[in-house]
Amino acid sequence: MPEFTLMLRDTGEMFAKLGPAEIQSTIARYRAWFDRLATTGKLKGSHKLRDRAGRVVRRSGSQVMVTDGPFAEGKEVLGGLFIIDAPSYEAAVATVNDCPHLDFGSIEVREIEIMRT
Amino acid sequence: MNQLLDDLFRRTSGQIVATLTRILGARNLALAEEVAQDALIKALQLWPTEGVPANPSAWLIQVAKHRALDLLRREQWLADRAPMLAALDAVSHPPHADVHLRGEPSLPDDDQLAMMFLACHPILTREARVALTLKTVCGFGVAEIARALLSRDDAIAQRLVRAKRQLRDADVRFELGPDEYHARVDSVLDAVYLLFNEGYGAHAGDDLIRAELCDEAIRLASVLVEHSMTATPAVHALLALMLLQAARLPARLGASSDLLTLAEQDRSQWDRRMIARGLVHLNRSADGDTLTPYHVEAGIAVEHATAVSYAATDWRRIVELYDVLLDINPTPVVALNRAIAISRWRGAKAGLDAVNAIVRTGALRDYYLLPATLGELSRACGDEAAAGAHYRAALACRCSEPERRFIERRLAEVVP
Repeated sequence: MPEFTLMLRDTGEMFAKLGPAEIQSTIARYRAWFDRLATTGKLKGSHKLRDRAGRVVRRSGSQVMVTDGPFAEGKEVLGGLFIIDAPSYEAAVATVNDCPHLDFGSIEVREIEIMRT
Repeated sequence: MNQLLDDLFRRTSGQIVATLTRILGARNLALAEEVAQDALIKALQLWPTEGVPANPSAWLIQVAKHRALDLLRREQWLADRAPMLAALDAVSHPPHADVHLRGEPSLPDDDQLAMMFLACHPILTREARVALTLKTVCGFGVAEIARALLSRDDAIAQRLVRAKRQLRDADVRFELGPDEYHARVDSVLDAVYLLFNEGYGAHAGDDLIRAELCDEAIRLASVLVEHSMTATPAVHALLALMLLQAARLPARLGASSDLLTLAEQDRSQWDRRMIARGLVHLNRSADGDTLTPYHVEAGIAVEHATAVSYAATDWRRIVELYDVLLDINPTPVVALNRAIAISRWRGAKAGLDAVNAIVRTGALRDYYLLPATLGELSRACGDEAAAGAHYRAALACRCSEPERRFIERRLAEVVP
């Protein structure tokens, strides 16, 4: 079965505007979505990436440049990663159709390529 | 999955803001709010995948505490950081997390009480007090406050910023002495009553959040009666009044969300438990020798809530109470309600005379209830043509959707 990564990105700005009750109900919606993935056996793994931290490493000429980031204002930043089993792109996209994250940012769905011998 | 209490985040947010404001000082209220928000957002990012912790509000408070400690260690501009750090370190377990449910009075909590008094500081306008109380004590978001108060997000956001700036400029203190609590409780009561009336005026056609305002107002007054410093007779009277009024809310709407008059309501739908609680507080409001408008209004509410039927209502007693109320609170709205009571007691003609006396003063010109009442009473006197004209005038005023439908229904009945 092919595996896909789901990359959840957001700017953080939408969350900041939520009131406490809205945050609580949003958590319930995320959990319902996550539980559905887990109980149907599709979920292979998930990672939440730490906010306000991170390094971007680049070579510039002969030097390796390390900058703090990515924190670009107003830009979507990767916040979480999921790996799921799905038979096709259609099926993978279907699992995120009802993901509450779509209210706050975007989800990039990519198939993980495996080298076949 | 771990089921969270409905209003856990609102309550915990209020607790964090209050505790941090005590430690950081009233001038840093905005910072306390920011820290509380950060803690809730952290839960939003972690709980979906990592699971809900065993004691959710203790978790949130710990996260807020660490975030505040980080901030304090970094921010050099904050004076007197050492005592703040010590006080923050002392914040361990929430005093009473997860124990109170919606509608139930919470345990005494001094920080919450002090926060109410800060949010209802007399230097703020009544509107600002209501908005700031909803934000900081009740844990409402800006968008929720705007929806509940029928305002715009940016207007509410501005109102909140201005209020916090005023508090900072005036350099007000967070904790008060017992005498100060006593002296300033009126400014809190005023805001609580305004909050209640905003909710009470809401109908099923409106956003559900408006009806929640009644619950919040009752909860806030319940906090005040839990503390000996603030449990004045006036507080008991206001709580009694709100409980007695709110008890009748379930019966106010008919099958198709149409407003029902007091005469049409099914009294078996009234909340007997709330009425009983109201009577307890009304009893306790009789301590001492102060008579506030809340006392008299609660007295009127009791007459309605305890009448076994509409026909059994003691209108004469209600008119007497309105006379007293008009004496201590002479407003045209009170006069209008008194006129309606007179019409029930001594007939439509007497009521019409009383309403016309208000019309002659030129008051309430844009208030739909004035022409609507004239319509009802004209009709009862047999003058359907006049009634029709009054109903049309009422429809030209601002009113809620169910109120408009109610008047349209009446108009259709007199105009064939």
